[in-house]
Amino acid sequence: MHELGITDQLLTLTLRHAEEAGAKRVTRLNLVIGEFSSVVDESIKFYWDMLAKDTIAAEAKLCFERVPGLLECGNCRHRYTLAELEVVCPVCGMAQSRVVDGDQFRLASIEIE
Amino acid sequence: MAPARKVEVQEQILSANDRLAEAIRQQFTKHKVFAVNMMASPGGGKTSLILRTVEALKDEFRLAAVDGDVVPVDVEKIAATGIPVTLINTGGSCHLDANMMTGALQEADLSSIDLLIVENVGNLICPAGFDLGTDAKVVIASVPEGDDKPYKYPAMYRGADVLVLNKIDYLAVEEFDTAYFRRGVEALNDGVVFFPVSCRTGEGLEGWYDWLRQQIRKKKER
Repeated sequence: MHELGITDQLLTLTLRHAEEAGAKRVTRLNLVIGEFSSVVDESIKFYWDMLAKDTIAAEAKLCFERVPGLLECGNCRHRYTLAELEVVCPVCGMAQSRVVDGDQFRLASIEIE
Repeated sequence: MAPARKVEVQEQILSANDRLAEAIRQQFTKHKVFAVNMMASPGGGKTSLILRTVEALKDEFRLAAVDGDVVPVDVEKIAATGIPVTLINTGGSCHLDANMMTGALQEADLSSIDLLIVENVGNLICPAGFDLGTDAKVVIASVPEGDDKPYKYPAMYRGADVLVLNKIDYLAVEEFDTAYFRRGVEALNDGVVFFPVSCRTGEGLEGWYDWLRQQIRKKKER
C-alpha cells in the first residue's frame, strides 16, 4: 500500500519532465524495478490510473524492466543472486554479503508526443 | 499529431523523499540530536521497547518522541512518561515518510533534545523504503513471528543498523533457531548490532541502553 505515495512521487517526476520537454501527452514510462525494492508493479498501475486521471499522462503505458537482486560475498567476492531462503555465499559459506544490485526503483525515460 | 519522442530521466522515484530526509539529517547534525527510526510488525514490541528505554534514560538525557499512528493510544502511553511526544496521524498510511517528519519537527525544539525516538507505523514492508533522516534504523523482531522473517522481508532487514530480537522469554516455548535468524540478517547487513532482549523481563536491555548512551555521546562530540 506504500505504492500510493510512490506513485504520487512518480507522477510528479513524470509531469515535471514532460512539461520541461513541452509535451502534449505522455505515452509511455520506462521504469526499472529491482527485486529488493519492495515495489509491486500491479499496485503502481492501480494507483496510476487513479492519480494520473485528468493529467497529460493519463493514457501512459507503464513498462517495467525487472532487475534481479545481486549479492557479493565480502569474503571471497563471489557474486550470486538471492536464492530461496538462503543468503550465505554458495561458494565459501560466509554470511557477510552486500547488495550490489536490485534495490533500484528508477524512472529511466518517458515517451511523449 | 506531434511526433513521439523519448526523454531520458534516470531519476530514483524516491529522490524527493531522500532530499527531504537529507535536510532533516542536517538539522539533527546541527543540533547534535541522535535520532532512531524504530520499525517492527504490529505487536513486535516497538512501544514496549520505547517505554522501557525512556524509563531507563530519561534522567540522563533529554528525550523526545515522534509517533506515527492512526489512533493516539501509544502516544498517550509515551506521554505518560513525561517526555514530549508528537503524533503524526498517518491517516491509514502504512509508513512514515520524510515529508510527514518535516511537518512534525516544525513543532519540536531540537536544541533541547539529545535523543529523538521515532516510532514508525507497525509494518514490515513499507517503512524500510522511506529514509526519515535518522541516524539509525532499528528493526525490532520478536520470537513468536518466526525465525524466517529476514529471508521473507530482505528489504526491511537489509537497511537495519540495529536488530533487536524481542520476547526472548518465548524461546523456551517456540521453535526458533536464533543462529539461523541472525545469519539471515547479518548476511545482508555487515556490522549490524544485535540485541536479544525481553521487554517483559528486562533481560538483555542493558546492552541496548549502553549502545544508545554511546551513540548519543558520540553525536555530541561531533
